[in-house]
Amino acid sequence: MSEASDTVLTTQDGRPLKASLRKALRREKLRAFLLIAPLLLFVIVTFVLPIADMLLRSVENSIVEETLPKTVQALASWDPTSGKLPDEAVFAALAADLKVAVKEKTHTRLGSRLNYEQTGMSSLFRKTGRHVKKMKEGPYKEQFLEVDKDWGDLDVWQTLKRFSPPYTAGYYLAAVDAQQTPDGIQMKPEDQRVYLLLFGRTLFLSIVITVSCLVLGYPIAFILAALPLRTSNLLMILVLLPFWTSLLVRTSAWKVLLQQQGVINDFLVWIGVVSNTDRLVMINNQTGTIIAMTHILLPFMILPLYSVMKTISPSYVRAAKSLGATDWTAFWRVYFPQSVPGIGAGAVLVFILAIGYYITPELVGGTSGIFISNRIAYHISSSLNWGLGAALGTMLLAAVLILFIVYDKIVGIDNVKLG
Amino acid sequence: MADNRGAAVRYENVQKSYDGETLVVKNLNLDIPPGEFLTMLGPSGSGKTTCLMMLAGFEPATHGEIFLNDRPINNVPPHKRGIGMVFQNYALFPHMSVAENLAFPLQVRKMGKAEQQEKVKRALEMVELGDFGNRRPAQLSGGQQQRVAVARALVFDPELVLMDEPLGALDKQLREQMQYEIKHIHENLGVTVVYVTHDQTEALTMSDRVAVFNDGIIQQLSTPDSLYEDPQNSFVAQFIGENNKLDGKVVEVNGSQCLVELGDGTRLKADKVNVSGVGDKTTLSLRPERVEFDPSDQMDNLVKGRIEELIYLGDHIRVRMNVAGNDEFVVKVRNRGEKRKLETGDIVPIGWSLNDCKALDAVA
Ligand SMILES: Nc1ncnc2c1ncn2[C@@H]1O[C@H](COP(=O)(O)OP(=O)(O)OP(=O)(O)O)[C@@H](O)[C@H]1O
Ligand SMILES: [Mg+2]
Repeated sequence: MSEASDTVLTTQDGRPLKASLRKALRREKLRAFLLIAPLLLFVIVTFVLPIADMLLRSVENSIVEETLPKTVQALASWDPTSGKLPDEAVFAALAADLKVAVKEKTHTRLGSRLNYEQTGMSSLFRKTGRHVKKMKEGPYKEQFLEVDKDWGDLDVWQTLKRFSPPYTAGYYLAAVDAQQTPDGIQMKPEDQRVYLLLFGRTLFLSIVITVSCLVLGYPIAFILAALPLRTSNLLMILVLLPFWTSLLVRTSAWKVLLQQQGVINDFLVWIGVVSNTDRLVMINNQTGTIIAMTHILLPFMILPLYSVMKTISPSYVRAAKSLGATDWTAFWRVYFPQSVPGIGAGAVLVFILAIGYYITPELVGGTSGIFISNRIAYHISSSLNWGLGAALGTMLLAAVLILFIVYDKIVGIDNVKLG
Repeated sequence: MADNRGAAVRYENVQKSYDGETLVVKNLNLDIPPGEFLTMLGPSGSGKTTCLMMLAGFEPATHGEIFLNDRPINNVPPHKRGIGMVFQNYALFPHMSVAENLAFPLQVRKMGKAEQQEKVKRALEMVELGDFGNRRPAQLSGGQQQRVAVARALVFDPELVLMDEPLGALDKQLREQMQYEIKHIHENLGVTVVYVTHDQTEALTMSDRVAVFNDGIIQQLSTPDSLYEDPQNSFVAQFIGENNKLDGKVVEVNGSQCLVELGDGTRLKADKVNVSGVGDKTTLSLRPERVEFDPSDQMDNLVKGRIEELIYLGDHIRVRMNVAGNDEFVVKVRNRGEKRKLETGDIVPIGWSLNDCKALDAVA
């Protein structure tokens, strides 16, 4: 036994078998690689690089050091906890840096960046930028204080010092409603917290949507799988119909149906279930998001379920019945466990799609039904706080990956069958 | 379990149609006494599975009534019929271990845990799989899965077990071994077995009685030996074993015998089985091993044939001959080791007894 495993197998000409096998396979691997190269390139350029860029942006913070290099250097020796303003050398460095920055018009960008951390920074830099050219040689401290008394504020200098390193955890702290204060990391005041609530709501609503997709989709997939192929193919078109309709059209249709003067409310009032004065609010809130997204994501639940159920031979249920099981027992003990891989696949698919969904919550979610991704979109396109948007996006990505791993541990990813 | 109780299973004028246009089962009448091993044998599509499914309760009978122990069961749902069933693909639950599969029918009957274990253990031992309780079905070989399926169908002590081509997926050697084992279990337990197959050897070796199906009709219902020795019609003669066909016309009837004239004028004596009288067209059926070379002069039928082909098969030699214009005439000669002097092209005398030659309905 040990002898066999110790001796290295060789080919006829005495070379190790493994090495020659590798050589033989190399050509094949190269060819396979060339075949996938275009797609690989595409994926790298359009997917991997942007994600890497996003990860970088979420911690990158070189703007302070780049715009105010001398100041950052001078601030290194200042102790922010001392309670005293920085000395004259720092002010001199700041004046020199700002003169360059104003010429290159970079000081306003720095102001906006620091404004995320402390309000007032933007206007402070703008105002100072206007006056810095006229500053005279000599002690700068007084001149700065004259331009804006905020330069005598310890907080301003502490913020500058805190964000002078090229990397920062500030965006991530902001993304979990925390901030770095001189006394360490603290939660933001109650009334300024938004992101944790949004993350929680996104998770919660995604779970609700996944569950309602499952509840609605399972019986449909079950029936489709039991019908003869011709009929089920026909009905499958109905399932796929939502795919072929524009997302916007579908979502707008829900608006027509769900709004307070909409079709459903009119009907309910007409049959007298609700009175005309308190019509149901079903849109621009969480209900709207849940209904519209369940509708949109339903096919992603039905398709994997169907393809798994299709492979469950009817003879299993027959066998169970012949062994004495009632219809329900046969379903629950024999059919259902075999359909679990389909549930897994559908749930993972729907959940991951839901957690990153953006358009539908935006259109029908109002304020109480929006997701974290709406916030990300806001930071990317409106507030232009890309760092925070990137940090939120990274956290969303991490959350999905963690859920995936947890799912793998509990259910096993090889249990997921997509067809 | 007195036998005077009547039939364990009775089909009474049962008809079945799936589409409302064609009858898949046409007026089936069948009594199966308790403890019998009855096989439904027939070509593909002849309605065997359909008959079994109606008995198990998975297909409703379109017309007629099925009785289980003299109780009509048309309105009894499958799970209340208490019939054990072995499916062609075994239908072992893939997500349960072997022991859980066997315990399933006991659990749904709310049997106590200890009793369940005892029964499962005994059932596994019966099929000689005592150590396999913890395996998943996928971890068993085809033959082992088959045995588990049999054990599962028997573990809750049903009086009736249905098996639909249970050995279809096994190779020849395993089939033969399993045939023997199933037969053995049947003898030991005394259960009634209804068995479906399209393998005639299987049917002949295992069954007490065989029902030969064709076209939704039982062509013949009898013991394996009389099925072979006394086929009642041409289909059965063709379907069971090898068979020589000679087409002719009845020219004389003499009690249970008749004289048949073939196309070329040869006259042969035959057992009158399925012809009504003089002038009827008929097909004579003759087993290849009942034909003798060098017949004695007392033989009922004596003819000459030309040897077309000789095939050596070890224990016997197949001789294809041209007899009375039919060049598909086959004779099996036992290989006795003596040097045969048969040569292709020889014209030799052959003969057979009239009892081995059956005058059956004419094949169109
Ligand atoms: N569910 C069904 N719907 C419609 N027709 C069916 C159905 N099941 C069987 N048939 C038809 O009924 C006839 C008899 O089928 P059955 O399955 O009973 O044959 P079988 O004797 O078991 O054949 P095999 O040896 O191939 O299993 C066939 O012509 C078949 O096409
Ligand atoms: Mg069949």
